[in-house]
Amino acid sequence: MNAFLAQLLNGLDKGGAYALIALGLTLVFGTLGVVNFAHGALFMLGCFCAVTFRYLITLETVTIDPENLSPWGTPVEVRTPLVQNWFGDFGAVLVDYSVPISILLAVPAMLVIGIAMERGIIKHFYKRSHAEQILVTFGLAIVLQEIVKSFFGANPIPQPIPSDLRSAADIGVWLGMDPHTLTYPWWRIVYLAFSAVVIGGVFAFLQFTTFGMVVRAGMADRETVGVLGIDIDRRFTIVFGLAAVVAGVAGVMYTPLLAPNYQLGMDFLVLSFVVVVVGGMGSLGGAVAAGFLLGILQSFASMTEVKSLVPGIDQVVIYLVAVVILLVRPRGLMGRRGIMEN
Amino acid sequence: MVSLSRTDLSKLAIFAAIVLTMPIWLAPFGAAYPGLMQKFAIYAIFAIGFNILFGLTGYLSFGHAAFLGVGSYTTVWSFKLLTMDILPAMALAVVVTGIFALVIGYFCLRRTGIYFSILTLAFAQMCYSLAYSVLTPITNGETGLLLAKNDPRVLDALFGASASTDGLPHPTLLGGSISGYTGFYICAVLLIVSFYISQLIFRSPFGLALRGIKSNQTRMSYTGFNTKPYTLAAFVISGMFAGLAGALLSVTDPLAGAERMKWTESGNVVLMTILGGVGTLYGPVVGAWLIKYFENIFSAINTNILHSFLSFLPDGLEQVVVAVLSKFVGEGWHLTLGLLFVLIVVFLPGGLVEGSQRLARWLTGRLKGSGAQPHPHPAE
Repeated sequence: MNAFLAQLLNGLDKGGAYALIALGLTLVFGTLGVVNFAHGALFMLGCFCAVTFRYLITLETVTIDPENLSPWGTPVEVRTPLVQNWFGDFGAVLVDYSVPISILLAVPAMLVIGIAMERGIIKHFYKRSHAEQILVTFGLAIVLQEIVKSFFGANPIPQPIPSDLRSAADIGVWLGMDPHTLTYPWWRIVYLAFSAVVIGGVFAFLQFTTFGMVVRAGMADRETVGVLGIDIDRRFTIVFGLAAVVAGVAGVMYTPLLAPNYQLGMDFLVLSFVVVVVGGMGSLGGAVAAGFLLGILQSFASMTEVKSLVPGIDQVVIYLVAVVILLVRPRGLMGRRGIMEN
Repeated sequence: MVSLSRTDLSKLAIFAAIVLTMPIWLAPFGAAYPGLMQKFAIYAIFAIGFNILFGLTGYLSFGHAAFLGVGSYTTVWSFKLLTMDILPAMALAVVVTGIFALVIGYFCLRRTGIYFSILTLAFAQMCYSLAYSVLTPITNGETGLLLAKNDPRVLDALFGASASTDGLPHPTLLGGSISGYTGFYICAVLLIVSFYISQLIFRSPFGLALRGIKSNQTRMSYTGFNTKPYTLAAFVISGMFAGLAGALLSVTDPLAGAERMKWTESGNVVLMTILGGVGTLYGPVVGAWLIKYFENIFSAINTNILHSFLSFLPDGLEQVVVAVLSKFVGEGWHLTLGLLFVLIVVFLPGGLVEGSQRLARWLTGRLKGSGAQPHPHPAE
């Protein structure tokens, strides 16, 4: 029972990341009708927003302290981050919490990148075939990841968890079990809560604002909305920016769990496409549900009991689900009837 | 049976001449060594095969690397179990890959468009993951499948071939060594044969049917045409080409690793085909050569070479230019490739072949325009 709960929890935070990426992917597909192979690269760019922010905030001054000698007689170098010089203890807190704070950098940066991408290239591909959309966004993904590589190198750059959140929460106690039977790292709980908030935010934005209403109407029938005198293209550009932001902040918060390198986006892209397909192309609820479902499924498949039953299942379970869904029910779990059914 | 027209035969002859004289005309580019030229030939075969599927039917497969890997593994197993001769190894690789493609194609071709791409991607990723985990007895996991001195090699033993050589045995062709230029010419001949087969397919009624499927599959089926066997045949043929390329990779360097099945490798063949010109005969070959050349030569350019190239510039300007350019060469050649690819997809969907045709047309147009039109056309 405990092992079951632990795997469920493990699956949830991974599922949160899948759901966030797949949400943006399917939002773009549902509105613009574009299959975006560069979406994984946007997730990766989000990760590197966190890396950049941490680099900036930990720029430091080196002073030599002549009083204080190291054991071998040379003066000790004292390194203090500039922010700590300027703001004192508050600066130290800023450095400690660099990962969550870098969301403040990531949101505008990703919005600009997303809108620039859509206006610069993707808008020319609305009328072209899905294969061509895949090709051009695949090329874009290569360009983005190579730019990141030329600035940050090829090695993963680990990001620290804020020191207050490094311990694990004793979840078992909350559920009335004995202490130390079921623990779970705080940061993963934070990630789960964060993804829930972002997903809720996106849905609320689409459901309860006028802008969201227009976008939903445009998803249902683009031409009619245009005929009614609404500049739907402009709205959809902003939707693309929004999807980029969602992918970006998902990346920012994921950095402490997985040290980002430039290829990260491609690895997540394949998985998140599978998630979108399982959920149903263009179905937002489907993407979120499938994200969590596949995350949990993957973590159950990696249990030793399951692995001894079906060897290798942990490696392929996600793809297997995708193949079965595509062959049996191509519109996915929650896709609309008649949309992309062959 | 289809026979080629005279122009096609002359195209084939030109192509054969270009391929066979590679050691001569590649020398000024610094690429005329057998190891690299073998790669040129092998990846050209891979791209020609991919083009038969994507170029003719429009089905974009993102899982072709799986066939490359299966071909490689089959070849090495044939070396280990049967004989070090390359002919049975290659034949076996092509057959096994064909059967494998038949199974995967049967499932994947039930869907079209993006779903087909994702299905092939999912199958290839499954093969890749399994090769690293459960199938380790067959694939030898991360180490890769290697030859060993005490492998059975039943056919070699049957014919009493000498197993007394020092170190590992080398692949042979009918008893002769295939190292160096011999290896290159084997690949080159197979490339010419592949080109010939692809010409035949392009000119045959079968190829015409595939083009019909690309332009409008629904209309094809409404005319009472069963498209399924045609697409499946194209998929299997295309997979067999990839299997042959994988076999040649293992023939020239007898080992097989799972990284050959990774989906980035599938992405590479897509890049090659698009870059050169999808749906054309020469395009995939040009793309494959260009990318392999970039990968091996362009990536070796470092800042020192750039400095010596640009030493004629004023000092400060030179520093700036080198700093900018160094992002695009050496380690960063992938960036150049990606940019080139995006530009081609946006502005030149027919690839470099279409580009050169346009250029030629423009040039001939200019020449004709400048002449005084000595032969006015009669009115029709």
